[in-house]
Amino acid sequence: MKGSLIILSFFVLGLILGLTRFLPDTLLEGDFSIYALYLLMFLVGIGIGTDRDSWKVIRQVNFKIVLVPLSVIVGSLIGVSAVSILLSSINFGEAMAVGAGFGYYSLSSVIITEFHSETLGVIALLSNIIREVITLLATPFFVRYFGKLAGIASGGATAMDTTMPIIVQYSGKEYAIIAVFSGIVLTVLVPVIVPLILEFL
Amino acid sequence: MLTDIIIVLAIMILGMGIGLFIGNRPKVIKIVGVLTSFSIFLLLFLLGIGVGTNDRIINNLDTIGIQALVLTIGALLGSLICAYFTYSLFFKKK
Repeated sequence: MKGSLIILSFFVLGLILGLTRFLPDTLLEGDFSIYALYLLMFLVGIGIGTDRDSWKVIRQVNFKIVLVPLSVIVGSLIGVSAVSILLSSINFGEAMAVGAGFGYYSLSSVIITEFHSETLGVIALLSNIIREVITLLATPFFVRYFGKLAGIASGGATAMDTTMPIIVQYSGKEYAIIAVFSGIVLTVLVPVIVPLILEFL
Repeated sequence: MLTDIIIVLAIMILGMGIGLFIGNRPKVIKIVGVLTSFSIFLLLFLLGIGVGTNDRIINNLDTIGIQALVLTIGALLGSLICAYFTYSLFFKKK
């Protein structure tokens, strides 16, 4: 929650500077953001590589645990496709690209901005932040009506970090490993699935 | 666009290889974590600038918010329903 507020404040700061045209034109062109994305992807890669604990978790678990992130992927993509019928300005593929953020708002919004458009990037940013906030607020309710995997499903990629405490609290400690596993798988898949959807939409 | 995507993924995989090679060194992991946060801040700051200078987005911020909310509800309901079936079929102790 704190993290998303900090990120939002950076976005808002940029927004204000952009609105007031306070910055020199070279900066406003924003062509070098692709290099910032390269840097981010490199660092995300190192982060995944050095995290031995998560590799251990992946090796330890029973195969049916794979069904958890799979449910999140299938459910998110079918869900966003279904509601995209209600939205005249967003097509099927664009909705799926937003849904494939699985709550990983920083990376998915940046990838969508670079490879598609700023408008859809902002939609992805807001949508995936809302997903995290709703998970933090409504996990007790979700777990009661949709079973003990509900918090993990709702949290998506964030189930490994920001939303894990609340998930463990309401589903039980034995779900912590499942939450971490599902979160890791989805986090790794975001930078793969989002560009693929954008490529074929 | 496909080449851009491949470049991005290749850079991430390169990072993963380096990460595996470096191994579990808390100091390095901490530095990488801080740098990751800063590059995310930078990118979102740049996205903010891009949006602020884009009149089409600024004039439609309300509809963009509603679209984001509708998509979130779809993603959440879909995930929850799928997770419900996965839970009752494979995880629930009888």
